[in-house]
Amino acid sequence: MQSDFFSLDRISKRFGVVQALDNVSIAFRPGEVLALVGENGAGKSTMMRILEGVFAPDTGTVLHGSAPIVFSEPRDSHRAGIRVIHQEPEIVPNLTVAENIFVGELPRLAGVLLDWHRLEDQTDKVLATFGMQQDMLPRQLCSTLGPAQRQMIEIMRAIRAGGRLIAFDEPTSSLTDDEARRLFSVIRRLRGEGTSIVYISHRLNEVIDLADRIVVLRDGRLVDDSPAAGASEQTIAKLMVGRDIADLFTRETWQSGQPLLEVTGLTTDHVTDVSLKVRRGEVLGIAGLMGAGRSELAKAIVGYDRRVDGTITMNGVPVGPNSPHAAIVAGIGFAPEDRKHEALLLFRSILDNASLCVPDRTSTFGFFNRRKALEIVSPLAAKMSIKAPNLDEQVSKLSGGNQQKVVLARWLARQPMLLILDEPTRGIDIGAKAEIYRLIDELAASGIGIILISSEMPELIGLADRVLVMAGGRITAELSRPDIDEATILRHAMPQSAASLGGQIQ
Amino acid sequence: MNSLELRTATTQTGKRRASLRIAERIGIHNISLLVALAILVLIFGTLRGDVFFSSRNLLNIGLGITILGVLAMSQTVVIVAGGLDIAVGAIVGLTTVSTAMAIQATGSPAAGILAGLVLGGLAGLVNGIIITYGRVNAVIATLGTMAIFRGIAFIMSDGQSIAIFSDTFRFIGIGRILGLPLLIWILLLTAIVFHLFLARSIVGRNIYALGGNPVVARFSGININRYRVGIYIMSGVAAGLAGILLAARTGSGQPVSGSQGLELEAITAAVLGGCALQGGKGTIVGALLGVAIIGVLNNGMILTSVPTFYQLLAKGSLLILAVVIAEYHLNRT
Repeated sequence: MQSDFFSLDRISKRFGVVQALDNVSIAFRPGEVLALVGENGAGKSTMMRILEGVFAPDTGTVLHGSAPIVFSEPRDSHRAGIRVIHQEPEIVPNLTVAENIFVGELPRLAGVLLDWHRLEDQTDKVLATFGMQQDMLPRQLCSTLGPAQRQMIEIMRAIRAGGRLIAFDEPTSSLTDDEARRLFSVIRRLRGEGTSIVYISHRLNEVIDLADRIVVLRDGRLVDDSPAAGASEQTIAKLMVGRDIADLFTRETWQSGQPLLEVTGLTTDHVTDVSLKVRRGEVLGIAGLMGAGRSELAKAIVGYDRRVDGTITMNGVPVGPNSPHAAIVAGIGFAPEDRKHEALLLFRSILDNASLCVPDRTSTFGFFNRRKALEIVSPLAAKMSIKAPNLDEQVSKLSGGNQQKVVLARWLARQPMLLILDEPTRGIDIGAKAEIYRLIDELAASGIGIILISSEMPELIGLADRVLVMAGGRITAELSRPDIDEATILRHAMPQSAASLGGQIQ
Repeated sequence: MNSLELRTATTQTGKRRASLRIAERIGIHNISLLVALAILVLIFGTLRGDVFFSSRNLLNIGLGITILGVLAMSQTVVIVAGGLDIAVGAIVGLTTVSTAMAIQATGSPAAGILAGLVLGGLAGLVNGIIITYGRVNAVIATLGTMAIFRGIAFIMSDGQSIAIFSDTFRFIGIGRILGLPLLIWILLLTAIVFHLFLARSIVGRNIYALGGNPVVARFSGININRYRVGIYIMSGVAAGLAGILLAARTGSGQPVSGSQGLELEAITAAVLGGCALQGGKGTIVGALLGVAIIGVLNNGMILTSVPTFYQLLAKGSLLILAVVIAEYHLNRT
């Protein structure tokens, strides 16, 4: 059994200008929970994709024992015994629990018919081993299951198919406390049976509790690989960021001026009865789990989603419903979370993208005036140090950080009074992150109100004057400095929990 | 990047070979279209050089593509916006009939032109409303209205050809100015208008944004519903103009003859010209080159006595080939 484990040997992978993984070596030992931590863009998901056979490494090898293995597609890695459980479970909703667990190896009658009897028996056994008999029936349709149960189905399928290395990618982000606790006991059981576990999470308390070993990635490099015993959230966080987290965030001023945005009773199909205020020069953080309705709140404010009820005013003047145009005219700018699909025209130039919202100032008699556009965009590009050969470069060729800067340039060109930033640092490297943090501070200092939606706690804690926590499309708490801390935010972000997750894991 | 870097970058571009810069300006796609056109000219020139290069024949090709040219350009705008209008051929038929009837009734060519443009615009408005507010897929919507518009043309004309006896109106179709047929002048003029509109105007740039990514367009404050309806109205008016030109050329209004299959050729030309059916990509210059290819192909096939049935085969294959090539390029970039 000594040789029966997987390892990565000096793996490197590059995407365009971004070195996603740089000479990373890790051994995944049987019967061990290895936690993989790092900021967004540190290379965790790239590593998972390489393990899964989705990407091939540029250099380096995946080893099974001492033998190199090459995956040309995910099926190869599945066959080798590697399974990655993604955040969004990959199950077929219109098939039954039994079919989803045994997909690909359904028992047959006479070679063609599905042997329902045997399938049900086998499924009962699997459910029993995982203690899931109360949660689902073999013949139940998966579309009727909740996210935690769907995740369990993926896990059962992985184990059933002989998975020897199972990687969990942010498994608890959509789970309740109770569901998370059950997942942890399943993980511990798998470890006891000799399975290698890789556990990716942003929740450092979970990681410290569950893992035997913690590997920290930063900007594609492995910066630490050490036993979990003795690690603390502070030390890990410092390793992840590469410096004291507090240094990244520079809020020069903590002033707040006149009221700017006032939202009362805002209701759409996705958010319910939301009221909030933003003052000039204030950074209002919005926290919450995935699916809590944070992005939907932004889309409601900018008039993208249909407003069912409620009022929005800017400087006391009502903003008309269901019209992003009205919101823009009122001085609201919005940088959505999904840059590639909601913010950028990928096949157009930096200049075109950045000048999209200022047609009046970049045209003469209704015709585009390149000189005027350059006069507006060039200084912004220089100010934000957008790295590109020139402003005619296609946006699709830029790195994530530079793409985000183009989006910000588009709104800064409009000189907005309020800027809504939805996960502005997702998937961008640490240098660009620091630049965006600095920009947020500068903008706030100049009197612009900012709504910062973020899943990264340090960001909210370091930048926000106040934080609203959302769950289930509603605001569940409002926290002000200095009461903004991770445990309090998480407590209010959990759909129906009272105690912090940290206390729940034991 | 700071301004210094920007400057170095520009000088570097300035140093690059002039020929390369010219090629870049024309566009690689358009260069390949020119090559394809040259090959066609070479083939037909070799086979029927005696007739093909005669000034009469070249003028014939020019005349043959004016109507298609107008439709290919408006179709380009529709496709760039992420739509498709396959009712244009039917609208052309409908407007020839209404123009002829209006002239017959009033004796005034102006009334005929007005009737054609207004009816074309109304037909486009119907398409736009069905697609935008009825949320019907553009292909299905215009497939339906194509039948409806043909039906209306038949009902109005009672299935008969309606003759036009106004010499002033016929002048549009057969007259010449400075030695060139008026039709060709009209094509050139509309081409300039379309090009400036799509490539240079703010509305045109917003159309690229709308077709490239409607979500982004909406977040950027573009009223996408109004744009969509407007684009189909434009397509209808352009089809109305094409109908007027056709009526002026043939001297009659006819529900089907002369306008059947124009939508196929217009879409083929637009896609040949570099339009991506997903929207957001395409140029007027490219569409005109596509039109030229179709014009030369049609003319050459007639000169070399390719039977009509086989001509249809060639046209259909050309559309599919153009889309396959476009998809191939899209997936590679």
